[in-house]
Amino acid sequence: MISGRILTKPKSLTDVPTHYCAGCGHGIVHRIVAEVIDEFDIREKVVAVAPVGCAVLAYDYWNFDTTESAHGRCLAVATAIKRTMPDNIVFTYQGDGDLAAIGTAETIHAANRGENLTVIFVNNGVYAMTGGQMAPTTLIGQKTATTQNGRNAACDGNPLKVLEMLAVLDGVVYLERVSVESPQNIIKTKRAIKKAFGNQLKGRGFSMVEVLSMCPTYTGRSVEASVRWIKERMSKDYPLGVYKDRV
Amino acid sequence: MKNNKPAKKHLMTGNEAIGEGAVRAGCDFYAGYPITPQNELTAFMSYRMRQKGRVFLQSESEISAINMVFGASVAGKRAMTSSSSPGISLKQEGISYLAACRLPAVIVNVMRGGPGLGNIAPSQGDYFQATKGGGHGDYHMIVLAPGSVEEAMALTMAAFDLSDKYRVPAMILTDGVLGQMMEPVEISRYRPKTSGFIRKPWALTGARSRPAQSIKSLLLKPGALEDLNIRLQKVYAEIKNKESRYEAYYCDGAKFIVAAYGSVSRVAKAAVKSLRAKGRRIGLLRPITLWPFPEQALKRMTRKAKNFLVIEMSAGQMVEDVRLAVEGRSGVHFLGRMGGGIPSQNEIEQEIARLYR
Amino acid sequence: MGKIRINSERCKACGLCLMYCPQGSIIFSDKINKQGVKPALFKEGAKCAGCAFCVMVCPDCAIEFYPDDNPEEEQNEKQ
Repeated sequence: MISGRILTKPKSLTDVPTHYCAGCGHGIVHRIVAEVIDEFDIREKVVAVAPVGCAVLAYDYWNFDTTESAHGRCLAVATAIKRTMPDNIVFTYQGDGDLAAIGTAETIHAANRGENLTVIFVNNGVYAMTGGQMAPTTLIGQKTATTQNGRNAACDGNPLKVLEMLAVLDGVVYLERVSVESPQNIIKTKRAIKKAFGNQLKGRGFSMVEVLSMCPTYTGRSVEASVRWIKERMSKDYPLGVYKDRV
Repeated sequence: MKNNKPAKKHLMTGNEAIGEGAVRAGCDFYAGYPITPQNELTAFMSYRMRQKGRVFLQSESEISAINMVFGASVAGKRAMTSSSSPGISLKQEGISYLAACRLPAVIVNVMRGGPGLGNIAPSQGDYFQATKGGGHGDYHMIVLAPGSVEEAMALTMAAFDLSDKYRVPAMILTDGVLGQMMEPVEISRYRPKTSGFIRKPWALTGARSRPAQSIKSLLLKPGALEDLNIRLQKVYAEIKNKESRYEAYYCDGAKFIVAAYGSVSRVAKAAVKSLRAKGRRIGLLRPITLWPFPEQALKRMTRKAKNFLVIEMSAGQMVEDVRLAVEGRSGVHFLGRMGGGIPSQNEIEQEIARLYR
Repeated sequence: MGKIRINSERCKACGLCLMYCPQGSIIFSDKINKQGVKPALFKEGAKCAGCAFCVMVCPDCAIEFYPDDNPEEEQNEKQ
């Protein structure tokens, strides 16, 4: 039970109604990030890098400096910002296409260089902004605009496991997969994101939190269905937990 | 001359001169990926930037490099990347984003033979790409074309200032010959810039004592993107008005004018000198800014010059801008070598002899 | 124990707060809001155990929580 604390909109979130669909996980993750930034009192030092995807408009919802980036290139942009302004807190917020398809090289190399960055990877298993096409993290059998008979391993490959791949890199210090489909998991997501920002504050190195997130529009067509999708399907292929914690 | 001693000169390659110019201009950040014939520049920056305590990164690709430059520029820093033709193709999206977000940056293209993987011989086949776009959308870069190693250093320093002043990306467009040849440079003429940097209140340094800011080029509200474009066009008009540079070698009263830039201008100048010695009234126009193109200067020259011969290491790209500026008032002819070929002084003199009237 | 305040104009009726309120105290209203949906509503006379699950789970920050044991003033009603 939460006693003693009034819970209202965090300072680092603007009062702008979001364009996200009802039940979309982005709103939850945006708020968690804002709360963590408020709790560390680093709002004035933060420079965020927004992706191309549904969260391209994140800069309207956050009350700190935010830049857009070309699709997939957030980690290149963030690397340069952090290297030239090491006292600022720099994070990227990316979807599954941005981070794991077009941005794969930038992701792997920023991780490999051990850039002291915080990466929030929002994985909803689909390219929502452009109409629900297959993402690298789409599940086998999942129907999308470009896998209308369901993803087929023979021609589309298997869902890509980013955290599992990055865990072998020496430059990476912390990787955890969480989700936001339930309050219990939201609490764990906040703990992980807080740790990832804390690592940057302590100069520890590359930290990524992968957040399984609801996309009601493209998985199940209802909020309950998308919550169940995460509970029953996504978290089986993408088990929650810590994949690296070299602290 | 100091104390009656001759000034000290350093023998440098064009690539190194560009690098040293960048460092002296206060370049804070450099990212690059190896590609011939500009590897000496990347290697030079890898030790010189680190020596100066600035940021050097060998990026995983040319695409990553231009996006790193985007990031450094967002932070208000002076940033540069370099590559050669195929790598510059990769950077086009990033350049369009820099232009749209009004971010300063310097991009160096040491041109090589193309299209495709081509070869590592010099070329001027990227003129269109540099001056007409290359990336998507209505935008321009300031494009500077040095004609000597020393000018490469000077123009690189100027590029940072121009880019900051107008918030427009700037390109140094040169080729493999200039990049790799060595000439003496009187370095002391190029003082390291320690003051007079343009303030960048738009930079994302953290929302301390000011409201949060954002840098973006996605402008979805009706009319917003059109407004940005109108604003950009105003900036470009101002640059066209004020920043056009060229060298006019005996163009006053010349009947016949050769137009060439970069390495080709050096061979062309030798041909022009030789023909002038034989009594021909011929001059050389060497554009230094390829964008903005020195159209007004060309227009003035059409009063006396009956013919122009444009010489390029390409199938003919700058010749189109010459034709546009000349507007049919004089003849415009073209001599070119493609795929890494370099026109010789002999070839040029023969062609002029054929056309001179 | 506490009180929640739902901003009925911000609510997109996603239903997550309904799903997760352990007391079942949240329902959908009868009235349509400016977004064209029937927003979440705290049932008249229902119990609030103060878990704040609804606050955590709301993607639109449309719910505020005021604990009974906090002496601070409540914020004004949001429109």
